[in-house]
Amino acid sequence: MAQKVLARAAGRNSTQAGEYVTAKVDRIMAHEAFSLCVMKLMKIGVNQVFDPEKVIVILDHYFPAPTQEMAAGHLMARSLAKSLGIKHFLGHAGICHQVLTERGLVRPGHLVFGTDSHSTTYGAIGAAGTGLGLTEISYAMATGELWLQVPPTIRFVLEGQARAGLMSKDVILHIAGKHGTEAAQYRSIEFAGDAAERMTIASRMTMSNMGVEIGAKFAFFAADSTTCDYLFERTGENVEPFGPDTDPEYEETHIVDVAELEPQVARPHSPGNVAKVSDLRDVPVAQAFIGSCTNARLEDFEVAAKVLAGRRVHAETRLIVTPASQDVHLEATKAGFVQTLLEAGAHVTASGCGACPGGHNGVVGPGEACISSTNRNFRGRMGSTEAEIYLASPATVAASAITGKITDPRDFWDGTTL
Amino acid sequence: MFGDDVDTDQMAPFATLTSGWDEIKKAMFPERRDFVDSVQPGDIIVAGRNWGCGSSREHAPENLKKLGVSAVLAESFARIYFRNCIAIAFPNAACPGITQAVDARDEVELDLETGIVKNLTRSRQLRANPYTKEMLDIVAEGGLMNRLAAQIAASNR
Repeated sequence: MAQKVLARAAGRNSTQAGEYVTAKVDRIMAHEAFSLCVMKLMKIGVNQVFDPEKVIVILDHYFPAPTQEMAAGHLMARSLAKSLGIKHFLGHAGICHQVLTERGLVRPGHLVFGTDSHSTTYGAIGAAGTGLGLTEISYAMATGELWLQVPPTIRFVLEGQARAGLMSKDVILHIAGKHGTEAAQYRSIEFAGDAAERMTIASRMTMSNMGVEIGAKFAFFAADSTTCDYLFERTGENVEPFGPDTDPEYEETHIVDVAELEPQVARPHSPGNVAKVSDLRDVPVAQAFIGSCTNARLEDFEVAAKVLAGRRVHAETRLIVTPASQDVHLEATKAGFVQTLLEAGAHVTASGCGACPGGHNGVVGPGEACISSTNRNFRGRMGSTEAEIYLASPATVAASAITGKITDPRDFWDGTTL
Repeated sequence: MFGDDVDTDQMAPFATLTSGWDEIKKAMFPERRDFVDSVQPGDIIVAGRNWGCGSSREHAPENLKKLGVSAVLAESFARIYFRNCIAIAFPNAACPGITQAVDARDEVELDLETGIVKNLTRSRQLRANPYTKEMLDIVAEGGLMNRLAAQIAASNR
């Protein structure tokens, strides 16, 4: 799929893994970094972007603004977006990857550059999304193109029916643990197999999102009928399926027996430091966090609500829930999930990146442990460098919030989202 | 000398992304304050696998550059970090075997064009993965922003 996208983007019939191409980008997503990019460009006399319809701006990392400086930054981004004629300025509608996906602003087969490493998330709908730094995004914003190496592809074939307690987060954590944080370095991933085909878009987004934690440049699922239905529901437009050719070349193929998996946890301080939740007993947690572009969608709210219904968050633990978007927040409210969570003692915040990168709305202190549905547990990621972060599925986070220590979700939930 | 999987949060903590240099310098590498306190202009960092994993924040290589680090030689790099280095013309090269071939305080030389890495202290030579011509050109031009500025100047002529 990577070769197909890059061939089209480079105006060629085909491409080979390892070659370098100059590719035209279909969408550029910029969050708060947008202003910095525009300022870089203005400094060298560039006062326009290559296509104001293809550059999408959204403010999520520091929303709601935790400081006056950030509030001023948001104001500046808004005004720069207006002056550049940016068509899709999405304000503070939620976390970038969630909002662009749920609004159908990214389509199967697109090449997408984002000012955020988790831009691999767009792979969930069959798009080649990848994160880049300020300078490269600035260059692409001005010219609409950038040099790229065509990556080889590795495939993870997800097979079998998952047992109780499992979510797609457990599958990707298992892969990170077993194959390591460099399993897909400089490579593109394709997730396939019957378990992948059954996954909802929400579950797929979690997997593609964390593709970058094992080094991936892109992390695709084929855009199938699930994808087309999802996009039709949201945009009213029919979208063509997009997948690998009939005889694709894979550098490696790994079979993942999903039916054998138990809920997983990544221990401090690497997403690859993974253990079964059942091997982690008596780890007290001061904070439980359900949020981020990884796991804060409607499906995640539903599972958390099922786990927490009629129960209480432990007195010595705080459960913070930050929806991935305002739309998710609204849908979860209408469905009654928000009320269930509040009744259990959770704190539900405005949507945004929040506590995940340690910005605000749940920064962790020295000596605290946090179990989190997010993507990274690097030292200091969510606040103090003396805090310990454990990564897990929303089910495991919710279960741990009840007992105040890391807990197997099967103690409270016999379902699965897979 | 650093180990494996050193992430961008260690090089550029989120809380300092909008801070001044003094504050950034105080927060960098919380587990390797010895490095931040002793690094000299021109020093080369030698590291293990997956150097620069994590965020797309360009502050990570920028901060290393500001510390005076002249280059990073690692067993391998995370890709976004590595691209950022090329874009800001900061020489970083993947050099398999480097952690075994160098000790702290050895004198090391990198020729980006040929990929030849010389340990002058121990008279040993290794080969880093070579840059492509495009990558070398971007670095020689002083980074992507300089390239863009030159392109604009040329088109205005």
